[in-house]
Amino acid sequence: MFNNVKTHLLTDSGLDLSSLEKALGEIYHHDNDYADLYFQSSQHESWVLEDGIIKDGSYNIERGVGVRAISGEKTGFAYSDDINENALLDACRAARTIAPTGGKHQVKSLESAKYSSRYKDDNPLLAMQDADKISLLKAVDAYIREKEPGINQVVVSLSGVYEEILVAATDGTLATDIRPLVRLNCSVLMEKGDRRERGSAGAGGRHSYDFFKSDKDGRPYFEMLADEALHMARVNMEAVASPAGTMPVVLGNGWPGVLLHEAVGHGLEGDFNRKGASTFSGRIGERVAAKGVTVVDDGTMADRRGSLSVDDEGTPTQHNVLIEDGILKGYMQDKMNARLMGVAPTGNGRRESFAHLPMPRMTNTYMLGGQYDPQEIIATIDKGIYAPNFAGGQVDITSGKFVFSSAEAYLIENGKITAPVKGATLIGNGPEVMQKISMIGNDVALDRGVGVCGKDGQSVPVGVGQPTLKVDELTVGGTA
Amino acid sequence: MQIEKQIAEIQGVVDDVLNMALSKGATQAEASMSKVQGISVSSRMGDVENVEFNNDGGLGISVYVGKHKGSASTADLSKEALALTVEKAVDIARYTSEDPCTGLADEDLIATEFPDLELYHPIELDPQKGIELAIEAEKAALEYDERITNSDGASYNANLGMRVYGNTHGINAGYPSSRYSLSCMMIGAQDGDMQRDYAYTVSRQAHLLKSAAEVGREAAEATVARLGARKLPTGKVPVMLHRDVASSLFGHYVSAISGGSLYRRSSFLLDKLGEQVFPEWLNIEEKPFLKGGLASSSFDSEGVATKDMTIVENGLLSHYLYTTYSARKLDVKSNGHAGGIHNWIIGTTGQSDAEMLKEMGTGLLVTELMGQGVNTVTGDYSRGAAGFWVENGIIQYPVAEVTIAGNLKDMFMNIAAIGAERELRGGVQTGSVLIGEMRVAGS
Repeated sequence: MFNNVKTHLLTDSGLDLSSLEKALGEIYHHDNDYADLYFQSSQHESWVLEDGIIKDGSYNIERGVGVRAISGEKTGFAYSDDINENALLDACRAARTIAPTGGKHQVKSLESAKYSSRYKDDNPLLAMQDADKISLLKAVDAYIREKEPGINQVVVSLSGVYEEILVAATDGTLATDIRPLVRLNCSVLMEKGDRRERGSAGAGGRHSYDFFKSDKDGRPYFEMLADEALHMARVNMEAVASPAGTMPVVLGNGWPGVLLHEAVGHGLEGDFNRKGASTFSGRIGERVAAKGVTVVDDGTMADRRGSLSVDDEGTPTQHNVLIEDGILKGYMQDKMNARLMGVAPTGNGRRESFAHLPMPRMTNTYMLGGQYDPQEIIATIDKGIYAPNFAGGQVDITSGKFVFSSAEAYLIENGKITAPVKGATLIGNGPEVMQKISMIGNDVALDRGVGVCGKDGQSVPVGVGQPTLKVDELTVGGTA
Repeated sequence: MQIEKQIAEIQGVVDDVLNMALSKGATQAEASMSKVQGISVSSRMGDVENVEFNNDGGLGISVYVGKHKGSASTADLSKEALALTVEKAVDIARYTSEDPCTGLADEDLIATEFPDLELYHPIELDPQKGIELAIEAEKAALEYDERITNSDGASYNANLGMRVYGNTHGINAGYPSSRYSLSCMMIGAQDGDMQRDYAYTVSRQAHLLKSAAEVGREAAEATVARLGARKLPTGKVPVMLHRDVASSLFGHYVSAISGGSLYRRSSFLLDKLGEQVFPEWLNIEEKPFLKGGLASSSFDSEGVATKDMTIVENGLLSHYLYTTYSARKLDVKSNGHAGGIHNWIIGTTGQSDAEMLKEMGTGLLVTELMGQGVNTVTGDYSRGAAGFWVENGIIQYPVAEVTIAGNLKDMFMNIAAIGAERELRGGVQTGSVLIGEMRVAGS
């Protein structure tokens, strides 16, 4: 893999390792402590089926190099969408000006990092013929229309990314990675009289498109996703107004892990904590969640959407325990924040592209399983909400307030799931809600691979997960 | 190089790409290309934090082979990459289905006049000047109140860009634009409660930005005002959206009346053309030719001429927003809304914010909205909120960790007043909005 990526990103542009060392040396003419070069080339395609026809297809290419120079807490950054020696040196000369002239350090000779690949390096765009991608979309559409002939609108989309990256840094880091990523989504619109409701489902990961045809419980995966979309639309068609106020909430397993991502994940990113801006700042070793709650961020999981073999700074990803049995253990770090806080990087340095600066980001963030059967958890509640499916969320890491919106939810009455209720926003305070987790299910699962996380205007793919959870008190923003 | 020359150069590239598409078998093609150069600098606790030099460009092309469409784009503007991009787009058109509604915009709708909208006011991109502004904003904020204990930083951005659009009907037009902004985010603490808030200023002309000291003071003031926030009991209360967040309400209206939502039957405002959706006094004007406007443009992203429109007249849904495709799906003509809206001016009932608070009497003034809990298909609305509790028109204490919920249909109809003090920092210019009662969930 290393040689292929090196050829595509360097040799084809007239560069070699000595030109990278020379470029890094240019940055060290100024008094910088660290610098890195990030070469990236990516291809992205998407296909959309709507009204039963293949309506649009698109293909995008991106290629460039980003140059970062760090001096203490200061960062200089420049990039070029043209990879060649002159453009690279220009970017280096711009970025290095963050520090005054008079370099004190030497560039270490570049040495290939050793790490394990967490996914295959096939190009998903090429691994399946275009005609077969079209057939897959049509198969999803046909399945939905056969299952529910009265359905009004069906939109199915398929997208794939093939990305190669190479990082070289003044600390001698040299790493490459090939990152495939695919995704399938389907969305249906159901109409009954005046009422219209949508349902959607999706999945993905660092696979080839064949993943969507793979067997799930005796049938192709895409059929299961199509059924889920139909199920959500049918449920919402019957939904009544959601209650409003503070009540016990049972969150389903898998995707509702959005809770963790918002309630604790962002607040445990190293940059916010170095700056003392997070509600979790300075709290390592303290109880920040109920007993039994263990949360990890794990970039090493095979083929997952949030996984990386190495992060965007060339650090191999890890299984990082963030919270263990309710006690805060550590933050997620990139190189800069790790150095400034005097800890080791954790493989969480990520960036959207060569044109963006890296920062500490999540990979796959999830809570470990507990001892309760999900039914047992629901049976403990007289009046509350069961929410097995969510849309996105948002957090204010300073106050700890976070929201996430249910996409499928039900009332719990006298220990039983009863009427479906309309989507509502749930709001809470991260550290408080984590202390109110009173029961943890034995059914831990990760989401199906559709998560996108935004921070400072940069989007990266992530995974979330959790077992079924009972939160004793959460504010539910319904209208009833 | 002079900006006119640079634009002419890009127009040349667009021409080449269109010709390439035709020679590869396309019957129609359209391309757009942009280039932006800028700096983005930030300070934290009075010292430089980041200095970024931005240089972005990209080309997107759509080709039509008969009624089959293919699209491709590239951020790599080398000759090889451009050729590959065109080839890919033509390739894709081989696999997409025949679609009678696809194709370029109708020729008679294409813009032919390109007045200077005064969007380009270049200054030298000097990181040092930007750093000074950021540091000054932060300093003013840190000095404002002793409860300001920390800073999330201040940042200054300056961007000079250009955009060119061309298609095989013959249009190949472009214009330059500039954009400057300064923002500051502070952290305050009191009795174990930590809060943050921010302020910003944006303009196409650098000298029209608010002063750094003012931005800093506003950020600090907003942060301190949040300290000691309480929840509210669950109940029904009148809600007023401060002008900082009120434009989001009209953003939801934009989604609901967009052609794409209509032909997909995914809007709660389907089949409502000409009907009452807002109170009778409410008008919304669209002004694409506003000089120096943040959303001004004489043509949309398909080359269709924009025009002044009264989007809402006397509270009636006067116009849906169409692109070429959605218009054909619905058997009407595009009205120039590919790529979004062009400066909306929301009508006002003339009161100051203070007068509106009096009019509300007792209720919730919302200054922050969180999350995406808005369903355009049904109009169901449920979002996280923070702000202030108001009694007899006077702010009593800050509020956090509540939700406001209702249905957009009712929220639009129940708008009781829109303030005269306008938010001017985006594509929607509106004053604060006093909505009738909404369901507030708290403790």
